[in-house]
Amino acid sequence: MKNPITGLNKVFDNRIRLGVMSILMVNEEVNFNDLKQMLEVTDGNLATHLVNLEDNGYIKVHKGFIGRKTNTTYSLTKPGEKAFTDHIAALENMIKGVK
Amino acid sequence: MKSKKLPITLYYKVLFMSEQNQSETLREISDIKRIMERSSRFISLSGLSGIAAGLCALTGAYFANTTIKDFYDYNHEELTRIVGPEVLKMRLLVIAAIVLAAALLLAFIFTWRKAKQNHLPVWDLTARKLMWNVLIPLISGGAFILAMLQYSEWRFVAPACLIFYGLALVNGSKYTLTDIRYLGYMEIILGLVNTQYTGYGLYFWAAGFGVLHIIYGIIMWWKYERNQPLVSGH
Repeated sequence: MKNPITGLNKVFDNRIRLGVMSILMVNEEVNFNDLKQMLEVTDGNLATHLVNLEDNGYIKVHKGFIGRKTNTTYSLTKPGEKAFTDHIAALENMIKGVK
Repeated sequence: MKSKKLPITLYYKVLFMSEQNQSETLREISDIKRIMERSSRFISLSGLSGIAAGLCALTGAYFANTTIKDFYDYNHEELTRIVGPEVLKMRLLVIAAIVLAAALLLAFIFTWRKAKQNHLPVWDLTARKLMWNVLIPLISGGAFILAMLQYSEWRFVAPACLIFYGLALVNGSKYTLTDIRYLGYMEIILGLVNTQYTGYGLYFWAAGFGVLHIIYGIIMWWKYERNQPLVSGH
């Protein structure tokens, strides 16, 4: 997953996955609709990327109910948090490296 | 001689690629920052909301003052049995309720307008978080004040209003533009000072909810909204 030279994480190449991770870094638990509203994406598109992040073990999914409506919330896992901080560090290093 | 040429071309190649990557990298980092900021803070709170709330409070304080004066004038003429303290209490509560409703309504309208101008949702995750964190101290304070009134304890109504409101603002400042924290500090200080001058509750109340709101609103408007068109062009 990690590029050995730059240290950048391939999983975060995508704008939507990057967005989901950024939101979950500053919000403990966020539901599907809030993610959708903030990233301005379609249901299907967001769902695909969430599955990808879950498969990589970066996010946890909690399925709950509010009344009868399903309320699926997402939060970061420890490895997810580490992977994302590493990714940001790599990005920062790239900028410093060029200067 | 020939062998020296190769590393130089390679060096330029790497440099060129890095420069191209750099703008992309910078954009990615600024994207991350922007999303984190926008998903954790409600930034549409308008300074005009503060000014409007302050004007409502001053108007309310004026009417409350007149009502209290009238009450004591009547009492002077020994009409106590017709207009008892219960009536005064009710009248003041009605004024307070109207002021609160008008201030909230106006505050909402200006904030809603600012969100529209910036093409941001008014009711999103950040708005809910802000609301929840402001409401916890506010509702506790409201219940506490009603309990004081229940035992006809008037002296600490204004200080309690100011202190609980200040705590609500400080608590909410984590979920909106942080400047509101200073308004919170000022309200708390004013409330604590008021506990030592209990006869002047209405004046402290007017200063805290009226004057401070207006000053805060003007500063916020000047800082964040001055350059925005008054009427959205969309």
